[in-house]
Amino acid sequence: MKLMWFHLMPYTELPDDFNKKHPSVWVDIHSSLFDPRRAHHMYNDFMDELEYAAEVGFDAVCVNEHHSNGYGLMPSPNLIASSLARRTTDTALCVMGNSLALYNPPTRVAEEFAMIDCISGGRLIAGFPVGSPMDTCYAYGQNPSLLRERYLEAHDLVKRAWTEKDTFAFNGRFNQQRYVNIWPRPIQNEPHPPIWIPGGGSVETWRWCAEMDYVYCYLSYYGYKAGLATMNGFWNEMEKLGKDRNPYRAGFLQFVGVAESRQQALDLYTEPAEYFYGRCLHVDPRFALPPGYTTEATQRAGIEGMMTKAANLANPATKAALKATNMKDIVDGGYVIIGSPDEVVEQIRHVATSLNVGHLMLLLQYGNMSKDTTKYNTRLFAEKVMPKVKDLFGDWEDKWWPKPMAKNQRAAVPSYTARVAAE
Amino acid sequence: MSDLKTSAVEVNGFPCRVWTKGSGPKVGFLAGLGGLPRWLPFLNELAKTRTVIAPSLPGYPGGGTGHSVLDTHLDWVLAVRQLIDKAGLAGCDLIGASVGGAFAAEMAAIFPGQVKRLALLAPFGLFDEKDPATDPWAQRRDAVPGLMCADADKWSELVAPPEGANSVEWPIEMVRASEAAARAFWPLGATKLEKRLGLIEVPTLLLWGEKDAVLPPSYARKFAGYLKGTAKIETVPGAGHLAYLDRPEAVARAVLAHFS
Repeated sequence: MKLMWFHLMPYTELPDDFNKKHPSVWVDIHSSLFDPRRAHHMYNDFMDELEYAAEVGFDAVCVNEHHSNGYGLMPSPNLIASSLARRTTDTALCVMGNSLALYNPPTRVAEEFAMIDCISGGRLIAGFPVGSPMDTCYAYGQNPSLLRERYLEAHDLVKRAWTEKDTFAFNGRFNQQRYVNIWPRPIQNEPHPPIWIPGGGSVETWRWCAEMDYVYCYLSYYGYKAGLATMNGFWNEMEKLGKDRNPYRAGFLQFVGVAESRQQALDLYTEPAEYFYGRCLHVDPRFALPPGYTTEATQRAGIEGMMTKAANLANPATKAALKATNMKDIVDGGYVIIGSPDEVVEQIRHVATSLNVGHLMLLLQYGNMSKDTTKYNTRLFAEKVMPKVKDLFGDWEDKWWPKPMAKNQRAAVPSYTARVAAE
Repeated sequence: MSDLKTSAVEVNGFPCRVWTKGSGPKVGFLAGLGGLPRWLPFLNELAKTRTVIAPSLPGYPGGGTGHSVLDTHLDWVLAVRQLIDKAGLAGCDLIGASVGGAFAAEMAAIFPGQVKRLALLAPFGLFDEKDPATDPWAQRRDAVPGLMCADADKWSELVAPPEGANSVEWPIEMVRASEAAARAFWPLGATKLEKRLGLIEVPTLLLWGEKDAVLPPSYARKFAGYLKGTAKIETVPGAGHLAYLDRPEAVARAVLAHFS
């Protein structure tokens, strides 16, 4: 299986009374809470951590896009990915991803992704999220009623821009371009870089991923217990559509904290986990549901499914998994997997096999976790957990992984030595 | 007074409901946020002396999913124009409220002769950064009724499912009304209407609920300043954004006085 190291880049110094004094971590979070001089250190720590993850052997490093967000400091993940392209050599670069409807023209995404693919020698995974309501409709002012149509059209345009050999004219509902002809072009051109789709639990997205042969990624912050129903739904739909159960069709996000013992893990990771689930997910509900963002089919499924949901709510495990903010509930709910290396191995194997997920995206930094703790978590995972879970799904081929240039054909990037002080 | 009649006209291949009631000279009504999930006491007041014709805009209750093919403001304006024509309202008095008010103003501005006299009840269309309108699409669920009406119950009554309503489709229809409004007016409620208000020559009533929590009553003066024809501003005490729900008789009285 593939083990991928994901960074959200949270602002690590939100005040203790943040939830009391501020309505939301997202959209209208106050500028006075942001200290650019502290952010200088945060960004550099985070980029050190991503580079470190590549160094200790994770299969990929992952970055994503958020706007006006106190737990996601990457309005442009492409900036970070381009730096990682130079500071890593063999690790896949998973940009998870660019919210297509936010770019005007969308060919900007085709160009920037092609740049990252060229600089990295063909290591890009191209993620295309619709984007959250907070990012797209509120922070970026996109019309919720047109967002999905714009997204789908932008997707078609980007894909054509990557694959058509000749300059072409594009006459869409929302985008008109007389001369589409991007330079540079991606290295991965048979036919294009792997496309992965982060999504919620909508049947339409599952069907689309199946039709397009894309990887579907369920990026929930609520862990494997809450994610089980969604992934079961995904695999049932794949079966209906006649697709195989290749676990590499799917990606899943999981928080992990590993230490020498369970108690030590609790000592180390309680504060950052409670910071994340407390402060970072403190989002004003008025930004959750812009009308039209949720399709009518999904609304219908939601209303019809309420009976099932009510039954699930009676289940204590699911109940704990709803917005818990203290460590006991966070761990019981499965949001964060903690324990000694062997305990984590056992849980990771369970997560991967029960959800049938070949691309596990791991959050080993969360909340206000320090660089030292993050590196400790990352190293221990790489040394003691990774070797005991890598064998999973060995019988399946990962057809959705980047195909870089041969190593001996790639540019030699001058070696980089971190300053001693940064260690 | 005749009974309420329901018919349908087609716009862009989608059926739009047209409600008709009353007798006398015709008057059209383009509803505000939420549309017309049910017939209103306000329309009954008008129907005492006029033939009230209330067509449903695409996407609003009775208007199906016709909003889904309207991508630009021009698409919307042309859809409303067709709706007015097909509902038999060309050349008649027209009332537009809230989101419907912005379209009623467009009709009078762009198609002279299409509207005889105009009554705008807290219309959308403008946005003043110094006096910003409230964002109706970024609200906690429990805050919506009190935002729409001075008496929150009036809004709750508007959107409550009637007996026998489909428990799945009814709430979807209510969200669709909000989506249709967002599709045309996201994110600020503005369509740069000020560029076209100067084309309106017909007498216009600008009526505002004194307690409008969505669009500040000061917007009435901004509208009046742009109009070419005569403008009369009236404020309805004790009414919110959808003044015709809060104070149906008072609003009907003011509108009928303007049209007489």
